[in-house]
Amino acid sequence: MDGLLREYLPILIFIGIATALAIVILLASFIVARQRPDSEKVSPYECGFAPFNDARRQFDVRFYLVAILFIIFDLEVAFLFPWAISLSSIGIFGFCSMLLFLVILTVGFIYEWKKGALEWE
Amino acid sequence: MVIPNLTPAIAEIFLACSGMLLLVYGVFRGDSSVRSVSWLSVLSIVIAGVFLSFGDGRNLTFNGQFIADDYARFMKWLVVLGSSLAVVMSISYNKTEKIEKFEYPILILFSTLGMFMMVSANDLISLYIGLELQSLALYVVAAFRRDSLRSSEAGLKYFVLGALSSGMLLYGASMIYGFAGTTSFDGLAVTLRGGTGEPAVGLIVGLVFLITGLAFKVSAVPFHMWTPDVYEGAPTPVTAFFAVAPKIAAMALFVRLLIGPFGVLLSEWQQVIILISVASMVFGAVAALWQTNIKRLLAYSSIGHVGYALVGLAAGSEAGVRGVLIYMAIYLAMNVGTFCCVLAMRRSSGMVENIFDLAGLSRNQPVLAFAFAALMFSMAGIPPLAGFFGKFYIFIAAVDAGLVVLAILGVLSSVVSAFYYLRIIKIMFFDESAERFDRAITGEIRLILTVATCFVLFFFLRPGLIVENAESAARVLFVG
Amino acid sequence: MIAAIAFYCFSAVAVGSAIMVISARNPVHSVLFLILTFFNAAGLFILIGAEFIAMILIVVYVGAVAVLFLFVVMMLDIGFAQMREGFLQYLPVGGLIGIILAVELILVGGSWSLSSKIQQIRSSPTPSLEKMTNTHAIGNVLYTEYIYLFQGAGLTLLVAMVGAIVLTLRTRRGVKKQKIAKQIARRPEDSVKLHNVQTGSGV
Repeated sequence: MDGLLREYLPILIFIGIATALAIVILLASFIVARQRPDSEKVSPYECGFAPFNDARRQFDVRFYLVAILFIIFDLEVAFLFPWAISLSSIGIFGFCSMLLFLVILTVGFIYEWKKGALEWE
Repeated sequence: MVIPNLTPAIAEIFLACSGMLLLVYGVFRGDSSVRSVSWLSVLSIVIAGVFLSFGDGRNLTFNGQFIADDYARFMKWLVVLGSSLAVVMSISYNKTEKIEKFEYPILILFSTLGMFMMVSANDLISLYIGLELQSLALYVVAAFRRDSLRSSEAGLKYFVLGALSSGMLLYGASMIYGFAGTTSFDGLAVTLRGGTGEPAVGLIVGLVFLITGLAFKVSAVPFHMWTPDVYEGAPTPVTAFFAVAPKIAAMALFVRLLIGPFGVLLSEWQQVIILISVASMVFGAVAALWQTNIKRLLAYSSIGHVGYALVGLAAGSEAGVRGVLIYMAIYLAMNVGTFCCVLAMRRSSGMVENIFDLAGLSRNQPVLAFAFAALMFSMAGIPPLAGFFGKFYIFIAAVDAGLVVLAILGVLSSVVSAFYYLRIIKIMFFDESAERFDRAITGEIRLILTVATCFVLFFFLRPGLIVENAESAARVLFVG
Repeated sequence: MIAAIAFYCFSAVAVGSAIMVISARNPVHSVLFLILTFFNAAGLFILIGAEFIAMILIVVYVGAVAVLFLFVVMMLDIGFAQMREGFLQYLPVGGLIGIILAVELILVGGSWSLSSKIQQIRSSPTPSLEKMTNTHAIGNVLYTEYIYLFQGAGLTLLVAMVGAIVLTLRTRRGVKKQKIAKQIARRPEDSVKLHNVQTGSGV
């Protein structure tokens, strides 16, 4: 247990330094620079004139579809990690089991491709 | 590394393979293949049913996560009937409503596979995987008419509440795992049987959460809120499917879970089941009185029917389980038939769903009106129709188990519910004629309706056919 | 000692950012706080030795689910103010349910007991971390002993894929697309015609 955590110590130190550095930089620009905001200064602008409309625009539903398909393949990849580690001990049966899983998802992939879900119009 | 024995699961494997092949076939042929994909899906589901009949005895495979026994086979046959008929009923409907897509029968096929996995689950994890496979496909078919606001709303509602109930179920399952250290039903049975004194609190809380999740799936009160909206919003053949197959599968799971591993805790879960069964019966009977939309009315009616089936489960005896199985079989026939009648409610302007549109049906289409009336009488439980026998076996089992009050409440609420079934008959036979329906009812729907009506009418001649099968199916849950 | 400090840091930030998720005014900020919560939860998982779950939390939840949330928030385009309407209205009911759940958890936790037979029946016990890592232990059973569930999960993902496409894919008509195969297959002979034009007569 301790051995495992010791392996993660560099990452913890890294997170600590990164957090500290981020705080220092933000604080420094806040303290050192002269802050004298007024309503014109802090309002959003487009190349010098007032913006025509809200900067936020509604996203197309297509983005959502892409994200969903990404999640599904992401999960598939998540299944690959333990498989890769223990491939030596699970033998040919474990290997074929993963192949079958990939075949199932490839059917889905063929479906997606043929349906045109991967194309951007 | 031992390769698991695949023969007990041959029907599931066949369904999975044919589903994937049909998906590829459909996507290469495009939407012109809807008809062939639909019929091929029906064929695959039926062939899977044929594969089922080859198995016998009690077989465990996949490390005890999968079980094939008489009980599973009986329930799977019901699911096969429900799913394949739902696909057949949808073919002409989807065509006229212009929502033809080849994915529809394939999604039904995959949800059938999920139901098979639920019915055969012998482990909390395989229970969950089957349930999710089933529900995920159901969420999609509920919202299948995606340009209709109501259909999308139905799908969304079903999805959000379904996800919530899955969460509850998982929460309960993890508590049970935390107590017992195993998720397998056999392991749980071993642990619980050896227990002395009071059962652990964590276990009871976990069990209650499991019951909550499953009560949602069978839409028992107080977890029924989604049912009327989803039934109303989804396309009618989808509603027909929802009303039968998923309920049968979830009920099968419910019974196996409570009678099998948790059978020892009968006194603990019995009160919960009695409560939700009374609530479902009474609420299903009373709330339907004010409904004028036929699909909403049938939703409340199905809530009530689940309540009656749960009476059999509450009895916790072999006779009770037999009653549940018979009830589900009869429920299947009645609902499939009734939804065939609903599908016939079409005018040139489109589908109509108000019960007053049925007025004078006996003069316009006497045969349809007769079939509809027979089904309604059966739903109300009037002898000698099939619906009466379903209730009869259930209430007898409840009385034998000492639940006299529960049986009396059941009889009373079935009297109340008879009112709205009879009201439909009154509208059809005695009200002023409304505009005629189109006579566009197709041959396959007419056939299904005829068979269902004949089953309901003539069940009393040969009840043994179902009763004996149900008896041997119920017995396996109580052996060992 | 360091582990204890790390635990308190991670859990404090996790709870704080979880509160921010539901109280931030801007839904985009909520999603960003959600990502921070996921990160801290991953840290907590590492502290109890569950490396694999920590990794999945980063890869799947931070990498994919949070992105999906962002897309959905942007797609819905709800007014920020109107989203917060009804928050106070539902607070009592929601709070009550939360309190009931918390009480239940405490009751269960307080009187928690394990089955007396747990040693004999427990399935696939986790090997100690000195012998093998978590990921390795999962890999050893997931693809062989639990193949049924593994393939079931594959089929569920397949249905999810089909469902997402059925419900959201719309093909627009009249969009001019690049058809690469057609472009490459085009030969000069098909598209260029040489005419020998006589002077003064036209084509």
